This record gives sequence, structure tokens and C-alpha cells, in this order.
Amino acid sequence: MSKITFAIGGVHPDDAKLARGCAIEVLPLPQTMYVSMAQHLGAPAKPIVAVGDKVKTGQVIAEPGGFISAFVHAPASGTVKSIAPRKDLAGNNVMHVEIAVEGDEWVEGVDLSDTLVTEIPEDRAAILDKIKACGVVGLGGATFPTHVKLNPAPGSVAECLILNGAECEPYLTSDYRIMLERTKEIIVGAAIMQKVLGGCRTVIGIEENKPEAIEAMGKALATLPYKGIEVLPLKKKYPQGGEKQLIQAVMHREVGSGGLPISVGAVVQNVATSLAVYEAVQKNKPLITNTLTITGNCLPVERQHNYLFRIGMPLSYIAEYAGGVPEGAAKLVSGGPMMGRAIANLDAATVKGSSSILYLSEASTRRGQESLCIRCGRCADACPMGLEPFLLRRLYAAGDLEALEKNAVQDCIECGCCLYSCPAYIPLLDHIRQAKGQVMAAIRARAAAQKSNTKQ
Amino acid sequence: MAYIVSPNPHIHAAVSTRKLMLDVIIALCPAVIVSFLYYGLSEIAIMAFSVASCVVLEWAITKYLLKKASTTGDLSAIVTGILLAMNLPPTCPLWVVFIGAVVAIAVAKMTFGGIGQNIFNPAITGRVFLLVSFPTFMTDWTVPAGFISNVDAFSGATLLGQVPILGALEADKLVNLQTLFRNIGGSAGEISALALLAGWVYLLVRKVIKPWITLSIFATVAVVACIFHLADPAQFTGPLFNLLTGGVILGACFMATDYVTSPMSTWGGVIYGVGIGFIVMMIRYFGSYPEGMSFAILLMNMAVPLINMKFHQRKFGRK
Amino acid sequence: MNSIVIWTIVILAGLGLLLAVVLFLIAEKFKVEEDPRIEQIEKTLPGANCGGCGYAGCHAFADTAVKASDLSAHFCPVGGNEVMKKVADILGYKVEEKAPQVAVLRCNGSCAVRPKVNVYDGALSCRVKAALYSGDTGCSFGCLGCGDCVAACEFGALSMDAETGLPVVDEAKCVACGKCVKACPKALIELRAKGPRGMREFVSCRNQDKGPAARKACANACIGCGICVKTCTHDAITLENNIAYIDFAKCKLCRECEAMCPTGAIHGVNFPKPLDRDGIKARVAARNAAAKAAAQGGDGSAVNSATATHEPAQKTSVDGTAVSAATESVKKEVSNE
Repeated sequence: MSKITFAIGGVHPDDAKLARGCAIEVLPLPQTMYVSMAQHLGAPAKPIVAVGDKVKTGQVIAEPGGFISAFVHAPASGTVKSIAPRKDLAGNNVMHVEIAVEGDEWVEGVDLSDTLVTEIPEDRAAILDKIKACGVVGLGGATFPTHVKLNPAPGSVAECLILNGAECEPYLTSDYRIMLERTKEIIVGAAIMQKVLGGCRTVIGIEENKPEAIEAMGKALATLPYKGIEVLPLKKKYPQGGEKQLIQAVMHREVGSGGLPISVGAVVQNVATSLAVYEAVQKNKPLITNTLTITGNCLPVERQHNYLFRIGMPLSYIAEYAGGVPEGAAKLVSGGPMMGRAIANLDAATVKGSSSILYLSEASTRRGQESLCIRCGRCADACPMGLEPFLLRRLYAAGDLEALEKNAVQDCIECGCCLYSCPAYIPLLDHIRQAKGQVMAAIRARAAAQKSNTKQ
Repeated sequence: MAYIVSPNPHIHAAVSTRKLMLDVIIALCPAVIVSFLYYGLSEIAIMAFSVASCVVLEWAITKYLLKKASTTGDLSAIVTGILLAMNLPPTCPLWVVFIGAVVAIAVAKMTFGGIGQNIFNPAITGRVFLLVSFPTFMTDWTVPAGFISNVDAFSGATLLGQVPILGALEADKLVNLQTLFRNIGGSAGEISALALLAGWVYLLVRKVIKPWITLSIFATVAVVACIFHLADPAQFTGPLFNLLTGGVILGACFMATDYVTSPMSTWGGVIYGVGIGFIVMMIRYFGSYPEGMSFAILLMNMAVPLINMKFHQRKFGRK
Repeated sequence: MNSIVIWTIVILAGLGLLLAVVLFLIAEKFKVEEDPRIEQIEKTLPGANCGGCGYAGCHAFADTAVKASDLSAHFCPVGGNEVMKKVADILGYKVEEKAPQVAVLRCNGSCAVRPKVNVYDGALSCRVKAALYSGDTGCSFGCLGCGDCVAACEFGALSMDAETGLPVVDEAKCVACGKCVKACPKALIELRAKGPRGMREFVSCRNQDKGPAARKACANACIGCGICVKTCTHDAITLENNIAYIDFAKCKLCRECEAMCPTGAIHGVNFPKPLDRDGIKARVAARNAAAKAAAQGGDGSAVNSATATHEPAQKTSVDGTAVSAATESVKKEVSNE
């Protein structure tokens, strides 16, 4: 039993990894794909193709729209049918490039073979360029452009690269499956990132409810020539995969409020990102695929799947391919049940960060009737950031932004532990997220005002 | 098919106010059963009447005065009813019980806005009101006929009440490990320390409460009693006597740990517990009442908002 | 015995006197000089402290008004012109009369016409809902129905209609403070001039989707068809992002757009008579036919086609008289009441 985990708060939901035994299957291409221009953190990408253009699989169809942004590539070959707003999974209009799929003809220079390439290029800048050109973003949820994260500001030193294989969200098994099936590729990806960061210590953190993955990683590491990479089994606790929590569990250091992981010498990357880095650098393959779990408590076990999907496939297409929405599904979630987003529009297209279609039954997901706070303090016990959600909610209701900031509402990581554990079903996080937004805006406004003052 | 859409999280722990209160009721059962065995039908009548009064009062107030949805479904009124009954002498007339229920529910709980809003523990407020209003009824410790014989029963005073009569040295001799199983005289909640502690352990196992408040009360009572007892054994009773008699165990396990009226942080809880332990010992040694657990809890209830302001959980990444 | 009583009285009286002197001195020393007009103005103001004027409260309004060189930046929506006139008298300034305003909801997607496509299960707050997704209907611009505006209103002028699921403005209570405008995450509430006898025309929709999509989401949506723009002879209606907007200053309350709107997205309120839809439609159709005939008659010669380019201006002048006659009749009806 591993005792290594983060220190404050956390909850223990049933892990329900129902699809853990399902090997990854490749989804066939649909007739039409819709590639979102906003599938990464930061500025949306700018389309560089025109309606009627022929595109090949892997061809760049959009350029970064800012410093924090990413390239987007065609997920299949075909014709650009339209470039227009289309509703995303929340029902909001987002610019999409629609591609009428005509085949799967790849662009030149991509290594499509299965051979493992263990030789790592020497040139650090070239590696970063490749990662950027292939549109790699963090696949752990935040979809932050990877090349930015791997290139810390001058003066800061990466002491430890942490590979996030915690997959602490219940139900999700896509990371688990790639750790089993693409073990060596992930390790090579880690070695590449290790090299970019200057050869720091590298830790692959895996929760101990995935012993097969821990074992597979350990065995693969023994056969590969890289130094300074280790596997660290972690005690199962949500939200272990939270960046700050994982750093604390592994390095016993706490990232300060508003600080970046690099401030304590840490860089965290998801295992799926590591795989994408491997494919980009060693195979020259852009990020147009990812793994997605079809699971849920109202889906029969034989209908659970782990799929390798192409970015831009509509969720409804994948759901139909897997036999349709099961009876008894009351809520559809993209992502895990703790932090995922409810799907309001199943016709929405998959994006780089898509990790699941989760079907939840009414009994398991419907919120209970809200009642009065009994001051049991469970929310405060559960909060992994050490906040007091009951207090923050009260302050938000009173509109006291100053007190909210003093009580660190801006540190909230929106993990959902407070609402998960509230016996009175008070929508704590719903309100705290609003409060956080307002306080962050006030902090930014203050910083901007200060900046302009110092300039004068 | 219209699917549900909501912000995260999409699942919830198997916990609700009702389930928590049900656990408290289950935890109180051993002590309640023991009180029925020793005090018989009169205790059953008080318990039933107290619970019924509390529930009906809360239902009527929410429905007719506040005109809101009834909150009796959360079972908290039942807990208050049981605790109130356990704090009353077994000979207490039912109309006095009813007044206690009115004060507990109508005054201490609902005027503040119902569950979660009150400053003072409702059951204790009810008990203290009765104690100062009807001292004769509230200090009549005649032991009624129970289902188990009460041959060695004192009448007229509890063990704590014996202290001024017998002196600390003699009173100390009346308490031994047997008292853990069976206390002599006193209210329903004072009979069996073991039954109460069993319920407390159940609450800990079910993670309904945390042990810190209770433990800090016990520790403070023991330490204060030790110091005074060692200084002058003839005047001050010892730690075992003070832990096992009176309402310390009931108060520390079930009343001081009430969510609503206790601090929310661990260290705040410890301070609160130390305060209760200290006050109860001061009242016992120097006050005019033989027992002071209710007063100690009420006084510390008042300090809770201050404690909550001062003690916070450690925040991640901040000193 | 007597001496005790006397001494008590003497000491108490002396103490009282001493303290009175001390208090007086302190009050004098720490006296804050304030323009007496501030208090005067504050007393004139309604004292709602709603912030509808844009200042932190009535005192802040009075304070800044005294310091300002004119009253152009000050208007109390609650007190209206009457109070502003008094304020202006105190300061010796002149104040322009402003047309009284009222909050207007630019969404008419009631439950009956805007089917729900999913079930919202989060906190009952429009802000929370809007941050999460586009809403529980197919329209991503419409009212979310959680009542943030109702909660924001300090005058009890807003309430939710359980049947339509939309907020209702009580015109008698609305003071146009603008709190609800800020509270609505979808920017659905607009402060509009109340209009003569409260009569006004407005587009009660903000859906910027293209026609078919908007129509599918809500039967009452503005589909951006532009019929109202073509119908309007006063140039009061503009169409932008598939949504029509009526400029109150130009609107002559002829109600033609309202009658012609295919979805009923244009609302006219407080008119003394119900809308004569068929009558107006016939009138507009006749006018259009005449205009078309005039244009076709012009086809053939170069000279005529040149005059045809001036045709819209002519049309406006010709039809303008017809419409102003119609407006005149409306106004007559009003005065006849």
C-alpha cells in the first residue's frame, strides 16, 4: 500500500473503472468531420484553408492565433466544405472547419509504421519546434499548449518532470489503456521531454488502483536505455491528478497561490501528452488522434469501449457507432464525473482534449434537493486547496469580493470535492466558480492598473 | 430525450443531512435503551412525548409561521427530542417536557431560521431554561421503577449532588470502574457511560463526527481534576469521578459535537473542547450548581463564531 | 443625610456640565465642513440608494453633483424629471428633461413556443447557467429563466411568470435604475423610453442565429427576414447580425412592423386599441404594389431608369404622409380617451 498522496483534503469516490478491460479499438472515419478552432487553452486558431480546398490527413488547416495557441491539422483527407460557426458541446457557437471526408491520404513525411524509435534528437530547439508544429497540447484536461509549458521562462529551472498517470477521475480508463498498450512510446515521450527540460528527474505517478499499469511501466523502463525515470505508485485519492496536488504528492512542495509549477521546479505532463510528444517528435505525426472511453453506470459492460478517435468526429457519431445512447442514461458527460462537462449538444465535434463519453443514470447524477447548511464542515475537509467553501459561498452571496480574495477563492481548482461531499446538496462550486471569476477579474484589473502606473 | 445538464461534479457522495441525523439517532439508541431498562415506562413516556413535541412543533412552525417547505424530513427534530429527553430527570412531568421542547425548537432553533442557523444547541437551551424555571422538577432525582431492579438507588441526589453532603473523599469512593456500566441516579443520559461511548464510536466509524472536540473535553476535565485533586483531595473530587458522573460523556459525545453549534476547524474544535472542559470543572468545583455541562456548552456555543473567525484550515501553498 | 443628596446632585451636575463642554469642544475641533447643499440635495433625492444614477448612492450623487459644473452627468432615474428640476434649482443649474425610461425584455420565447431540449440541474442562477452552456432551449441568446434580474431589482418591479418562464416588468414600479440590465448575462433587458402614454414598439428577441436555426429554436424568434426594415417608412429599423432593432427616436408608433412581422417578435405595448393586423397588412400591400407598379412603369427608357434610382426617396415622401396620417389617428384616439 502506497502512502504517497497529497496532504490536504480530497475525497474517495468509487473508482468504477468499468472499461478497464477493453483494449483500444480504432474508429472508422465518418463522412463529415468538424474541426474546432478552439480546442486548446488560449487564443483560437486561425483557419488557413478556404472552402473547396482539398486537404490531406495531417495537413495544417489552422495557425496559432496568439502566443498561447496551437496549430490544428486535418484529421482526414477530403474537401473543406465550410468554415463557419457551429455549436460546441455546451451549445455555444465556435468556429469549425467542416471537412467532407474522401479518404485517409496522409501528408508527406509522416512515419505511419509501428516501429519504436528510441533514438532521441539532440537539438532541443528542433524538438520544441516539432512539438509546436504538430499542435501538441496538454491532454490531461486543460489543453495548455505543450511547447509553451516545456519552455520555461529563463531563470527558472526544472528539477522534476512529473508524468501524470494518476487518472484519478472515476470511470475514465483511456490513460490506463495507453499505459498498458503504448507503454514504451510513453516512456520515450517522457525521455524526450526530460531532455528538453535539461535532463531532470522524471517521475511517472500512477494511482495504485492500476497495478497492471505500474507493472508494465516498470518492466518497460528496465528494457529502455533512459536514465533518471522512475515509476511512483500513489495512494488512490481524488484529485490526485490535479497539477498542484500531484506536485505535492511527488515532491512535497506546494505551488503558491497564483504560481506556476515551475516556481517550485516542477513540470507536469499527462501520459497521453507524452504519447503525443513521442508521435510528434519521433514519427512527425501531428496530434489528430486521442483515446476516449465510452462508459457509464447505465451502459452494459459488453458495450463499454476504449476508442482511438480522430479529432473532429462528432460525439454523436462515436455514440452511434458504439450502439447509441443507452436506455436509462440521464446525463451525458464529456470527461470524468467530477470535473467533466455535461454534454448539452451531442452533435458537437470531438476536440484534442476529449477523453470520454460518460453515461450516468438519473439516480447517480441528479442533484438532491438543496437544504440549509448544517455547518458540518465536510466541504472544508474535502477541499484539496484548504479553502472553506461554506464561507466562500456566504461571502459571494453578500457580494464581498475583498473578503473572498482574502479567503483565497482564486485558488479554487474547481475539482468539485465540496459539492460532492455536501450533505445539504448546496451548489457550492457553482457559486464559488462565479466568485472566483469576479475576483480574478478584479486582480487582473488591479495588476493592469499597477502596470500602467509604473510606466507613467 | 432531454438530458440533464449541470456544472460539475456529476456524482455525489452517499451522504445527506437525513442520513447523518439517522446515524446520530442510531448512535443514541444504546443509551436510550439502557435508560428505558432502568427507568421504565415513565422514561419511555418522556422520550416519546419529547420527540413527538419537537417534531410537531417544527412542522407546525415551518408550515404555519414561516410558510416554507417542512424541514422535519431531515430528522434533526427527532435528534433534538431524544437529547432533550435524555437531559431530563425521569420523573419530569410531561407538561414541563413540552415547555422544554417549545424552548428548544421554537426559541433556540426556528427563530434563528431553522437547522444550521441557530447559535445555541436547542436541546441544551431547552434543558437550561427548564433548570432555571422549574428547579424543583429538574432536581428531583427520585428513581422510578424500571425493568431492572434499582435496589441500591439513591433518591434525592445524583452522585455529583452527593459531593457537598459526603465530602469529596467519600464521594470519590462511590465511583469505580463499575460506574462505567451503570451510573446511579441522574437523568436518562447519565446512566451508562459505556452505552454512550459505544454510540460515539459508531459515529466516529461512520465518519459522522471527528473525535477532537470530545477528546479535548475529556482531557481538559481529567487534567483540571488531577491538578485540583492532587492539591486538595479533601475538597476536590478526582478525575475518574468527574469523567464518569454527570453529563460530561453525554455532553462531550453528543451535544458539544453538534455540527451547527461547534467550530468547523480541527483546532477551533480543540479550543472549544478545552473551554467546555474548563468551564464545567469550574462550575462543579466552585459554582452553586452541582453540574455545569449544559452551561459550559452554551457558553462555548457563544464563542463559536469568534473561534470560527480565528481558526481556519491550512490553505494550500500559503503560510 | 441631606448633605449626601446635595453632594450627589452637585457632583452629577458638575460632571454633566464638564462632559458637555468636552463633547462640544471635540465636535467643534473635528467638524467636517460640508457644502450644505449636499444635504439639501440628498433630502430631495428619493433615498433609494439604488445606484441607478451610476454613483455609489444618493450621497455620492449629491456630493458629485455639487462639485460638477453642470448636471449633464447626473440623472436620478428613480426621481425622474421632477426631482432633477428641484436639484437643479438648488444648484442654480439648468437640467434637460429626459424621457422617462422603463425596462423592456428583449425575449419573448415563452415555454410554449421555445421547447426545452435539456434539463438544467445546477444552481438556480442565470449567471451560473450562462457560464456553463447556452441554455436549456435551442436558443442560445434567450432568457435563461432563473430570475437573476428579479433578484437584482430593489423596487419589486420584476417577477417571474410561471407560465411563460419569463420575467415580467411592472411598469408602475420600474424606475429604470438599470440593475436588471447589469444582472442579465444575456443582455436581454434594455432601458427604453416609456413613450407617449407608455406606448412603444420594440423587438422582443436577441437571437442572432440565421432564420431557420432561430425559428427551429423558438417560434417567436426574430429570424432576421428584414420585412420590418422594408415596411418601415421612417427608417427606424436596422438589421444587424440577423436581428432587427427599432430606434425609439425615429419610431412613429404606426405599428406596421408589428403587424408585418411573421413571427410576432415585434411587440407593441399600451396601445389603446388591439392591433388591426389585416387592415395594416392590406394597407402595406397596396402601398408596395403601387411602388412596384411605379418602378415597373419606369422600365424602358434611360431617363426613366435614372429617376427610378430616386424612387425610394419619393416613396418615403409619398408614404410618409399616409403613415403620419395613421399616426395622427392613433394619437387622436388616445386624446379621445
